[in-house]
Order: sequence, then C-alpha cells, then structure tokens
Amino acid sequence: MLTLENVMIRQGDFTLGADLSIDAGARVAVIGPSGAGKSTLLALIAGFFAPDSGRIVWNGRDMTGDAPGARPVAMVFQDNNLFPHMTVAENVGLGLRPDLRLGPEEKARVEEALGRVGLGGYDGRKPAALSGGQQSRAALARVLVQDRPFVLLDEPFAALGPALKAEMLDLLQEVLETTGAGLLMVSHDPDDARRIAPQTILVADGRADAPMPTDALLDDPPPVLRAYLG
Amino acid sequence: MAGRAFQVRRWPGGVAAGLVAMLILGTLLAVALRAEAGRGLGPSDWAAIRFTLWQAVLSSTLSVMLAVPVARALARRAFWGRRLVIAFLGAPFILPVIVAVLGLLSVFGRGGILNVALRFVGLPEVTVYGLHGVVLAHVFFNLPLATRLILQAWQEIPAERFRLAAQLGFGARDMARVIERPMLRRVVPLAAAVIFALCISSFTVALTLGGGPRATTVELAIYEAFHFEFDLGRAALLALVQIVLVGVAAVLALRASVAEGFGAGMDRVVTRWDSGGLRQISLDFGVIVAASLFLLVPILMVVVEGAAGLWRMPVQVWSAAGVSLAVALVSTAIMLVLALPIAIAAAAWRGFEAVGLLGIAASPLVVGVGLFIVIFPIADPFTLALPITALVNAVMALPFALRILVGPVRDVVAGYGRLSATLGIGGWAWLRLILLPRLRGPLGFAAGLTAALSMGDLGVIALFADAETATLPLQMYRLMGSYQMEAAAGAAVLLLGLSFGLFWVFDRGGRNHVDA
Repeated sequence: MLTLENVMIRQGDFTLGADLSIDAGARVAVIGPSGAGKSTLLALIAGFFAPDSGRIVWNGRDMTGDAPGARPVAMVFQDNNLFPHMTVAENVGLGLRPDLRLGPEEKARVEEALGRVGLGGYDGRKPAALSGGQQSRAALARVLVQDRPFVLLDEPFAALGPALKAEMLDLLQEVLETTGAGLLMVSHDPDDARRIAPQTILVADGRADAPMPTDALLDDPPPVLRAYLG
Repeated sequence: MAGRAFQVRRWPGGVAAGLVAMLILGTLLAVALRAEAGRGLGPSDWAAIRFTLWQAVLSSTLSVMLAVPVARALARRAFWGRRLVIAFLGAPFILPVIVAVLGLLSVFGRGGILNVALRFVGLPEVTVYGLHGVVLAHVFFNLPLATRLILQAWQEIPAERFRLAAQLGFGARDMARVIERPMLRRVVPLAAAVIFALCISSFTVALTLGGGPRATTVELAIYEAFHFEFDLGRAALLALVQIVLVGVAAVLALRASVAEGFGAGMDRVVTRWDSGGLRQISLDFGVIVAASLFLLVPILMVVVEGAAGLWRMPVQVWSAAGVSLAVALVSTAIMLVLALPIAIAAAAWRGFEAVGLLGIAASPLVVGVGLFIVIFPIADPFTLALPITALVNAVMALPFALRILVGPVRDVVAGYGRLSATLGIGGWAWLRLILLPRLRGPLGFAAGLTAALSMGDLGVIALFADAETATLPLQMYRLMGSYQMEAAAGAAVLLLGLSFGLFWVFDRGGRNHVDA
C-alpha cells in the first residue's frame, strides 16, 4: 500500500495537501483543473519534490527521503522518455541497470520486452528513427523490464492521435497485467480514466482527495470538476 | 520551495573553480607583494601606460567605425558566398597572431607589396612599425569581431519592424533614424569596450610591431623588464599596473560580453524594402570586397611565400612544431578537466560560471610573472616553461570553454534530469552514458578552440623559454628576428595548418555521429 500521510507542499502561492492511500496494484486516474497540482502529486511520489511536511510510505516503509531511482515506481513522462543518442535496446536496458553493464541474461530480457511491445527487431535503432507511437512502445518496454510495483504516467501519449492513444492504453493495460503493477495516471481526458482506471483521485482547491470509483465520480461530478469538464 | 529534481555533483566543480581562483588570485597576490612600489613609476613606465591606452582607444574606435558599413552590407545583402564571408569573420579568433603579423608585414612592411607599389609611382614609403603597425594589426584582428557583434545586433531587429517601416514608406534616412541608429548607439559602445579590453592586454602585436620608447605597451614593458633586465621588482610593479588596466577594461567589457554568441543564426538575411538603389548596392559590395581583401591578402601572402619556404626550414622548426603540438594537447586536456566539472556545477548554480571571468581579468604575462615569483624559490622556472605554458593557456581558454559548455550542460540536466533520476542514473554512469554523449558537439568545439589558441600562443612561453626551448610561434618569432623571412613564412604556413587543423579535427570529431 502506498500512503501519503498529511503530505503538504508549498511552492510560492501554490499549495497541495494529500492524505490518502492507494492499494498495491490499484489503477488510479488523477484528474482535476489545470494548475491544481496533478503533476506535483506525481512528482512528490516519484521523488522530484520533497514535501514540506508529512510522509510518503510504501508498505510500511518511509520513503520520503529516498532518491527517485530508489523508489518503487517506474515513470513515463509526456515526452523526453528516450535518450536520443542511445539505441532502443540501450534505452530499455537502462531500466535494468543504470550503468548499462548488461549481462547476456539481461540482454535477453530487453529483447523479450521489445518483442512484447511490438518492437521486435528494432533494438538497434535510435529514437529519431521511430514514429511517435513506437517511441511510446519503447518507453513501455522499459516499464516492463523495470518491473516496479507502481507505474506513474504524467499525461502520457498526449501527442498521439485518438486511435493511437487507445492502442497505447491497451498495451499499457497488458504491461500492467504482466507485472501486476499499480497505475497512477494524470490525464485531461475523462474517457482515458474510464477506459483504464477503476479509481480516480480528484485534485482541486489545493487538495488531492482519496481515490473514488471513477464511474461514480464522473457520472455525478462535484461542482469544481463539473466546471472543469464543461 | 522544495525542489529535488536531479542533483548534479557540485564538489568537483568547486574543486576545479577553487584551483583556477587560487592560480589567478595567487599569482596576482605574488605580484602585488613582490612589486617595488617605493621606486615608483619612471617616465618610460608612464609612456608605456599612455601608449597602451592610446593604441587601444585608436584600435577599438577604428575597428567599430569600419565595422558598421561592413555589418550593414552583410545584413541587407543576400549573395552567393555570404555564409562563407561570415564564417571567415570568425577565423581570426583562432588565427595565430604572429602569422597575421607576418602577413601584414608582407603587405605593409618595408619590402611589402604596398611599398613596392608606392616606390613604383614615386610616392614616399610607409612604415608599419610603431603606433601605425600596432593599430593596423589590432584592426585586422578586431574588425571581424566588431563586424560580427554589430551584425548580430542588426539581425536581432525583428523582421516586423522592417515590414512596418516599409508600410509607413520609410526611406533610408528614416530607417536609420528610427531603427538603425538606436541599435547602433547600444551595440557600438559595447563592441568598442570588448575590443578595447583585448587591445590592452595584447602582447604579440606589441612585441613584433611595437617596441622602443615610443611604442611600448605595459604588457611588452613587463616582458622587457623581465627578459632583458631581469628586474623582477620592476616587472612586478608593471604587472600591478597591468592588473589595474585590464581589470578596468574587463569591467567595461563585461557589460558587453552577453552580446556575442558564436555566430548562430547569422545566416539569415532580413527582407528589406529600403535598400534598392544601385548606388547603395554597389557601395555595399564595395565595402564587402574591400574588407575581404584587407583580411585575406595578408594571409594569402603568407601562404604563397611560405609554401616555398617549407622545404628550407631549419630542423628546429619541426621540433618546435612537435613541442607546440604536445603543449596544445596537454593544454586542451587541462581545460577539459577544469571546464567540465565547473560547467556541471554551474548547471546547478550559476555562480560557478564567474570563475571563468578571472581568466578574462588576468593577462598571460601577469600570471606568468606571478608564477615565476611563486616557483622561483622552489624550483627552476625555466625548466618548467612548457608545463607552465600549457597550464596558463588552458586557464586563458577557460572563459570561452565555459561559455560554450554551460548552456548545453544545463539543457541536458533540464531535458533529461528527471528521466535520469527516475532510472537511478547518477555519478559516473550519468557522465559516461548521458552527459558526454549529449555534449560531444560543444565539447569538440571548446577543445578545438583551446587547442588552436594554445597552438598559436606567444605569451608566457616568451617569458620562460631558454635558448633551447621553443614552441612554434616562438621559433617563428626568432626566425623573423634574424631576418630569415623565407623560413619564417614556412613556419607560419606550418603553424597556420596546425592551428586550423587541430580546431577542425576536434570540432569535426564532436559533430560526427550526433543523433537528434
């Protein structure tokens, strides 16, 4: 279980408070108005920001002060997910060993992960030689080999068209089923939430609420969410 | 504010910056302590100060005055070869000063083509030694720099202004009054300040074309006090004077230093509607041709004369070339070891960049004299001539290297910091896998500049070298001193080839295999 205990962060005029728990393996969407702090919530969990007060606890262990790489999360960003000077296989391999000194067994795992996301045979290519969808697949292959308990996605696939995005969400679902990982996904699109996340965290008015059933929340949104959804 | 995106290591940068600061401030302190202030400045010292300031004022004024029409012509004319001309304007930065001096001598010197022509038509000859020569050489080096600075300001005028001006029916005069003159009022003093600072601490030009009671700069006086009189107290006192001059000039120039990029985005011509007339067009091309000839002919003369001399060079020239090559490579390595950690630390905190400014504020001869004072009690400084030259050259190139590297390092941290952090890539792995591969281009460029600058440098080495030790520029200077002009021209061609060759190899090596 991932718990944020009385977490509070202040950045100038901006504040965000969170006191909530997410079950291991749960799939949770994060929605709310622009600037409310959705990305900040993910950054807190990923370790890019330290909270001003409160603790972040994973299965009873305090990880508030851990470095980003030492946390039980794998992250996919909006863009810049791949290092452009490395091959696809190297980019995926970083998920196994940050110093990239891979043994034969690890190389085989990279190969297998690439096959699973439909990039078999693409291992020697550079990201610039891939389409947008293929780049997202490569990032998901890395999530697959990282095999962390939680996957964090900050508006993933935002640059992809609707059909390609749906394809990626399906692939993401497969990856999650394989690794048994939970999901925390920031999205602007309520349909994304319905498609992949049974639960949703609403971030608004300086607070991140506890997860609620997605369908119930979207069918009968509170005023602040209604104003945002339009 | 809580932030912990991606922590780069600051302590190696701190150590490197500390070493540089210690070297420069330490030598300045040594100079200050050793200076025999009680003796005061003699008349010849005051003459040197006056000459230093006067030639710098003349050189900077002439450079910017001549640069304005060249920059205007380049800003408003599109023609085949324009990119080449602009690239060529960057070349003097790594052109060895002594090579240019030899080229200027073969055009403007006693036996140069100008005087041959003057004799032919029966006019009195001109002399290139003294104030004329020093100013001529400084204009040769700084006209291109001034042109680049002013051209850049010209091209930073938004295209919309010119469109608006065309809409309002502006003629050339309105354009100058409303748009161009305000821009020039801003950029010309800045360009002049930068050039003034460069001319204050220029040494090789004064050494070769100046000299004597009426044309000695402070930098040259330091060298003479040290080298001929071996009067360390007086050299230190003059060095102290030079510190004040360079310091004041550096403060003046510092305000301008933001203005120069390394020529990015200058290959664009703004479409204008006010520059049509045949008179203006021929004026612009006349200016471009004249400036190109002024800059090209001396170098071409060296190459033509030197090609013949290449086979008549004494063997010392070849060994000096080997020495110079080694010094340049060691200097480049030292620069990288210092600049990379400082650039990384500066990505976290800009203050680290300031250490580069120390390199601008110190002149090579001042640092040289200071090092001599520090080393003399411990070891024989003359046996350390080459290592000291390599070290000082590296520190002098550091400000340029930092300007090239800090931005790209910051981009890598900003663009890939979070991804690196979340994958747990840190320390050496980050350096090896992420930073260095992403930084190849700028690293190659910085290394190329450093190697070329070190290759062509004639400063500290002139101070320290004994008769057996010489770098290629020093050997060339000695050949010129003994009137072996053919051999000197041969050495110049070799030096030219090695300087630009080193730059090309490093810069090219950095650009190869760059993805995305």
